[in-house]
Amino acid sequence: MDFAIFEQYGPSLLRGFGVTVLCWLLGTVFGMALGLVIALIQRYAPRWVGWIIQIYIEVIRGTPFLVQLFVLYYGGPLIGLRLDALPAGLLGLTIYGSPYFAEIFRSGFRAVPHGQIEAARAIGMAEPAIIRRILLPLGLVSSLPALVNFSIILTKETVILSIITVPELMYQVSRMSTETFRYLEANLVLALFFWALVETISRIGHRLEARVTKHLIEERT
Amino acid sequence: MQASSVEISKVNKFYGPFHALKDVDLSIPPGKVTCLIGPSGSGKSTLLRCINFLEAYDSGEIRIDGDLIGYEVPGKRMSGRRLREMRRGIGMVFQQFNLWPHMTARENVAEGLIRVRGMSKSEAESRAGEALTKVGLADKMSNHPSRLSGGQQQRVAIARAIAMEPRLMLFDEPTSALDPELVGEVLNVMKTLASEGMTMVVVTHEMGFAAHVADQVAFMEKGELVGVDSPDRILHQPQDPRIQAFLRTYHERNSI
Ligand SMILES: Nc1ncnc2c1ncn2[C@@H]1O[C@H](COP(=O)(O)OP(=O)(O)OP(=O)(O)O)[C@@H](O)[C@H]1O
Ligand SMILES: [Mg+2]
Repeated sequence: MDFAIFEQYGPSLLRGFGVTVLCWLLGTVFGMALGLVIALIQRYAPRWVGWIIQIYIEVIRGTPFLVQLFVLYYGGPLIGLRLDALPAGLLGLTIYGSPYFAEIFRSGFRAVPHGQIEAARAIGMAEPAIIRRILLPLGLVSSLPALVNFSIILTKETVILSIITVPELMYQVSRMSTETFRYLEANLVLALFFWALVETISRIGHRLEARVTKHLIEERT
Repeated sequence: MQASSVEISKVNKFYGPFHALKDVDLSIPPGKVTCLIGPSGSGKSTLLRCINFLEAYDSGEIRIDGDLIGYEVPGKRMSGRRLREMRRGIGMVFQQFNLWPHMTARENVAEGLIRVRGMSKSEAESRAGEALTKVGLADKMSNHPSRLSGGQQQRVAIARAIAMEPRLMLFDEPTSALDPELVGEVLNVMKTLASEGMTMVVVTHEMGFAAHVADQVAFMEKGELVGVDSPDRILHQPQDPRIQAFLRTYHERNSI
């Protein structure tokens, strides 16, 4: 193995990793936001709206991310949606993640005991206040482990963005491999970066979980 | 304190094809304690939950101080806003306490004062403190429900209801989920409320409470209200064979 080439390619790999983290972070945040909105609509909107959303969920979950990205990036211009690679990648990730996040939130909301919602109704709280003060905090807490888990899965979906030329880590690694034929070194670096990212996310996730469930778990004495 | 009266007349409730309440008539006088007893599945909870419209009844009328609850006129639902206004005057206590686990005892009580009564946080918290003191939990205000015993949790739930200054309180088996040694502390709080002239409707299996605290006892079976009378006449000299049979099994189960 020859690590001297990293002097030359180090900076572009680092930049690539930065783009990867950025894509992952924004894709996750937007995907979660969209998923949350979908889950709330499913809970409160009339049934026919729920059906339409269910179709969206099935279509997105039933097709590979790669295909969705191609449709968005190369098919988008046909309907006037002309996006640069990065915004297209972000939009793609957001859409791809949203139904999974929606399902996670939906089951998180279902885990909130109905009696606690009824207690709020019984004292005359309005539905928006119930959502904000009871349903969301409790539902989010029970969703947290699955949210972290799916966010970790999403880190690895970002490599697909290289196909539409988003200059993220995979893109830089491929460039380096084809220019130097150092496939092993390049992919080792790729693995290392992803391992670091995943490890960080999972640690933050555990901390967060411990913090938010502190008062919810019965003390054992 | 003003106390509400409730007039229930010809109330029917269906769950799909199942007829859960059958032409129920019941008059609940202001400032009095009405206990609802009867076998499991007889419709006690359903009737109680119709009073604050957590459950929608299908026909008949339930009037609180003369105002129809749930419907503007029979058959036409009232607005959410109007329903919430009516619910403000009705406190409810559940078998499972239903405290919000992410809030402390004080926050549980203050929540409704802030969101529903529009109080400032500090005013609500001081009111919450008073309500918690009243149920004997002055020293547990900063505890989350996970760090309270069942009896304490249920007293917080009662404090949460009375802090809203209701004119009517509904209790659905408030002591059924409690260990026997914790039942007393909850019943004592309820007795105090009763002595202050609160209108109370209590679904209970505590025949002792019904005998000593209730002003009237109503017996339900299979969705029908079989009889309403003084505790003495229902519990000690029941005329209806269905009530006799129920009490017989009750005594058998509770004899040592
Ligand atoms: N949401 C529901 N859907 C269908 N059936 C229901 C529903 N809620 C209650 N029932 C039925 O209505 C009947 C009355 O139920 P209810 O809970 O009022 O009984 P209860 O007298 O309170 O009994 P318990 O003493 O066990 O609490 C029961 O047969 C029950 O199965
Ligand atoms: Mg019941």
